[in-house]
Amino acid sequence: MNNLEKYNKAFMEILNVAELDLESLEYQKISAWDSVGHMQLIAALEDIFDIMFDTDDIIDFSSYVKGKELIAKYGVTI
Amino acid sequence: MIDYEYLLQLSPYSLNHEEKQKLYEIALSDLGTHHYMNCEIYRNLCDRLGQNPPLPVRLFKQYSLCSVTKENIVKTMTSSGTSGQAVSKIYLDKETSLRQTKVLSKIVSDFTGKTRLPMLVIDSKAVLKNRNMFSARGAGILGFSMLGRDITYALDEKMQLDWKVLDSFCKKYAEQEILMFGFTFMIWKYFYQPLKKKGYRLPLKGVLIHGGGWKKLSDIAVDADTFRKGLKEVTALKKVLNYYGMVEQTGSIFMECEYGHLHASLFSDIEFLPYSDFSCVKTNKKGLIKLVSLLPTSYPGHILLTEDKGELLGEDNCPCGRLGKYFKIYGRIKGAEIRGCSDTYEQH
Repeated sequence: MNNLEKYNKAFMEILNVAELDLESLEYQKISAWDSVGHMQLIAALEDIFDIMFDTDDIIDFSSYVKGKELIAKYGVTI
Repeated sequence: MIDYEYLLQLSPYSLNHEEKQKLYEIALSDLGTHHYMNCEIYRNLCDRLGQNPPLPVRLFKQYSLCSVTKENIVKTMTSSGTSGQAVSKIYLDKETSLRQTKVLSKIVSDFTGKTRLPMLVIDSKAVLKNRNMFSARGAGILGFSMLGRDITYALDEKMQLDWKVLDSFCKKYAEQEILMFGFTFMIWKYFYQPLKKKGYRLPLKGVLIHGGGWKKLSDIAVDADTFRKGLKEVTALKKVLNYYGMVEQTGSIFMECEYGHLHASLFSDIEFLPYSDFSCVKTNKKGLIKLVSLLPTSYPGHILLTEDKGELLGEDNCPCGRLGKYFKIYGRIKGAEIRGCSDTYEQH
């Protein structure tokens, strides 16, 4: 699995969304991506890519697209 | 409106009396106008009571106070009332909710540092079960969780210490600094007491942050000092820090410093009203607590009249170096209702 596939899989499994809907996915726009879902998603991504987000980045992680940009800061290219 | 982006770039305890006064004069006038324009009940109150009246916290139980349209509400927070008690409802839109999270992290990391420490929550995961209606307890845990990593819950669904979980957490992080978080009364009853009974001392170093009220502990004669000493007996924690705050002003909490003083950050202010008439005209050193927060734009909770008593200890000159007012809390006024994250917890 490449990084994009891993990234997508985390979203699809934790937030229970289809691949088609990923691009437009935003925090708090669907019920599964609430603050509980958010912490689960962050923990999963940290595990998968073996990174640790700064608190500010957890807070700024506001969408599927924004997340890709933030993860790049930790040396993971998606 | 208030330039929150700018305020978030400042260090949370960097404004002195004059600077803060200047900021609040404009900010509160803006906030007051915003809520006056957007919340009908609030407007009616202002028309009778004058501009920016402090709202008694009980009003949030009796009325739906909201300054945004229904479609914009992303989260409704409730006070953790006991069964049968009416609960406060606080309506959050995306902006207010995000602002609360940012400010909480800003304030707390001033005490814990920027690194996310392994975190032990002295509570049960079950508290997060109902995701649509968040209790203050759940919201508190989640808010603080952003500052930790490997979030581990020390209690099981029956509020018993989960020895297995605790054991593996201790083994994993014995030599490191950790962040422990929980509600004062629950920490005492479900963490301290069982450990004390067994004579255990956990090899956990770091800082414990706790809040949620002292009422139940003062009933059994446990004060802040006893609490701190007790916790240091059963763990190797270096710092045990209390915080004061309420669900109506989530985010802009008052943290206790290393000298045992509660501090107002630049995002909040506190005043002590004379008991004689609760007049807001002149403020005392001791009195009924009025709280001000710059954060709420989705509900008119920027100025609150609490049911707590307290005393101003000083301003801009705490030995810890943080600017702003510092104070202590004396507890509830007589006849106040029971509220708070830990005080309202009851076994069913």
